[in-house]
Amino acid sequence: MKLFKAFGLGLLASALAIGGAAAQGKTVKIATEGAYAPWNFTGAGGKLEGFEIDLANDLCARMKVKCEIVAQDWDGIIPALNAKKYDAIMAGMNITDKRLEVIDFSRPYASGLHGFATMKGSAIAKLAGLGQRANLDKDAAGAQTMIDEWKTLLKGKTVGVQGSTVNSAFLEKYLKDVITIREYKTTEQHDLDLAAGRVDAIFAAHSSLKATLDQPEFKNMMITGGGMSGGVLGRGVAVGLRKGETELRGQFDAAIQDAIKDGTIQKLTQKWFTVDMSPQS
Amino acid sequence: MDFEFMQDTFLRLLSGVPLTLNLAFTSVAFGAVFAMLLALMRMSGVKVLDWFARAYVFVFRGSPLLVQIFLIYYGLGQFRPTLQEWGLWTFFREPYWCAILALTLNTAAYASEIIRGGLQSVPHQQVEAARACGMSGFLLFRRIVFPIAVRQALPAYGSELILMVKATSLASIITMMEVTGIAAKLISQTFRAVEVFVVAGVIYLILNFTITRIIMAIEWWLSPHLRRPPAVKPALEAVHV
Amino acid sequence: MQHLSYFELVGFGPQGWGLALLTATGMTLAVALCGFLAGSVLGTFVAWAKLSGGLVARSVADGYTTILRGIPDLLVIYLFYFGGSAALGAIASLFGEDGFIGVPAFLTGALAIGIVSGAYQAEVFRGAFQVVSRGEIEAARSVGMHRWLMFRRIIAPQVLRYAIPGLGNTWQLVLKESALISVTGLVELLRQSHIAAGSTRRPFDFYVTAAILYLLITWVSTYLFQRAETHSMRGMRRAS
Repeated sequence: MKLFKAFGLGLLASALAIGGAAAQGKTVKIATEGAYAPWNFTGAGGKLEGFEIDLANDLCARMKVKCEIVAQDWDGIIPALNAKKYDAIMAGMNITDKRLEVIDFSRPYASGLHGFATMKGSAIAKLAGLGQRANLDKDAAGAQTMIDEWKTLLKGKTVGVQGSTVNSAFLEKYLKDVITIREYKTTEQHDLDLAAGRVDAIFAAHSSLKATLDQPEFKNMMITGGGMSGGVLGRGVAVGLRKGETELRGQFDAAIQDAIKDGTIQKLTQKWFTVDMSPQS
Repeated sequence: MDFEFMQDTFLRLLSGVPLTLNLAFTSVAFGAVFAMLLALMRMSGVKVLDWFARAYVFVFRGSPLLVQIFLIYYGLGQFRPTLQEWGLWTFFREPYWCAILALTLNTAAYASEIIRGGLQSVPHQQVEAARACGMSGFLLFRRIVFPIAVRQALPAYGSELILMVKATSLASIITMMEVTGIAAKLISQTFRAVEVFVVAGVIYLILNFTITRIIMAIEWWLSPHLRRPPAVKPALEAVHV
Repeated sequence: MQHLSYFELVGFGPQGWGLALLTATGMTLAVALCGFLAGSVLGTFVAWAKLSGGLVARSVADGYTTILRGIPDLLVIYLFYFGGSAALGAIASLFGEDGFIGVPAFLTGALAIGIVSGAYQAEVFRGAFQVVSRGEIEAARSVGMHRWLMFRRIIAPQVLRYAIPGLGNTWQLVLKESALISVTGLVELLRQSHIAAGSTRRPFDFYVTAAILYLLITWVSTYLFQRAETHSMRGMRRAS
């Protein structure tokens, strides 16, 4: 039994040593998905790139801390934050009530629209409201009208969406009885399945859909219908933090405020999304 | 521990059990036929067939099942136009059939070795005795070789079935809503990973325990001449990962 | 963006993923090897508990192998990943630490593989131990060897010899098991292929490459284990 004890203590000691070292060297570990272009993605050779990588580096410089950015699967990104795998999430994550039950958010650093995409020539290509936008909070009636118009064309279709996102929450809430929802682990996977014809349409953030359209393999894909925001789609993209870490949250808030004020966020969103997506106050 | 939550989770995960069992049994059934062919190829003495079967077993046992699933589902999606021309696309379009195909091809590789072992374990005297009675060819195979081989191979095949039940959890990666798929979805709604996975683990344990018991019963029924139920302890040699 | 050929895609040019894939293959080997060794340590203890432990040790060991045999490895890895830090944090707070224990993905992966493969290796070791002749153990006892000395000089060398084929099988399992670690975010071979497939939208090219690399490792390690087996059996008399 002595050997057992020695082995167990040794394991624990090594784990403590690792944990202790991480706590001392003030490094903020930020998780991103690495599969959500142009927000965050993995470029040639496996390097993390994108709007949030640039922004995280900028914010960390403002906060005067050393940052380490790690890639993490989307569907476990919140439980792993609470399991202390890292300290913050910057992964195109919107502030929603549901998420606020388990984690905290900084102030938003970007916002955008969400909508459908399909292949050119499909029945869904004529979805109503292209170029228009509707807000589920400010213009609830208008948004509902647009959704009702969609229902006739979408009836019986299969729609791909990334699981545990605001997008899947939107489909669950407004279109569940009309369509078959198929959940994917990443947006890249539903893009592939749309092109492969396994789903009739996908629902995602316009910003990420546009990035897909730019790829040669997806030249026959198109955005269809109007753009949605607000309500279950969240109140802007922000840094996700563990509850009770008010100090870190304060630091992020101040840094984001600065970055909005001096035009850094506007500049970075222009660079990555070609439009200004800084949050509307 | 929040028992009300666990109970609720348990009930919701149960709805994934039919699909889990469906995937496991369907692929084991198809896989058995294919495995039989492979085993016969190995033992045919024809070099080309023998090498084909060897290469097949090497490829499917030597690479992770997850890679095979990704390759069949997303990889073949890249060749949609060609597959459509050949009329195969309706098959590959469905995640269900892709999962079945991947699991079938995989289990066939493992099972062919089990069947080969079973066929080789048939005592020579029995075959000679049958020959002496004038049996030959298919009759010999059907009456003597096959029943003995099945009895010999059953314990190993039982563990193969359990391994397949476990392997179906990988189908959740290609949008199948079996037990693990539902667990992942519940976690994304409740963010309580540990509790949900513990409950899912309990469900798999119950499933596999039941299957082990059933196999033990069948084995007992198939060996009237022994009738001292042997302890079925699935061997820990092969697993699908 | 122009269409790249397969060799440009997996090559070492500016658009190529060659280096990333090779690094990831190294990571696969590293995590599999560490997991395998952890499993050997665990497997030895479990085999020992099963063979000569008291009732408690034996039931714990039996429970461990039963559970590990009954639930999917993917679940074990998920559980370890999400539950591991929380459990360690709880233990650490007993020792007065502030409870922040970040377990790196590599360590999580290696430990998870160790726990799963430990169950398999325990059976391999147990089987091999039973082959060791009783007479030799009695002889060792009669010359006054202590348990540890006997383990080191008589039992361990022989068990290892008989266990080599079984260990070879377990190593293949561990290698394939390591692919599941990709779900925890560790950039090993499968995850890198997955990332590359998503980034370039060329899944077939990358998954085929991954499969080939896995088969290559399998092939080389099968050869090495065969060499080891032949080597360990030199000087052994064969029955036929």
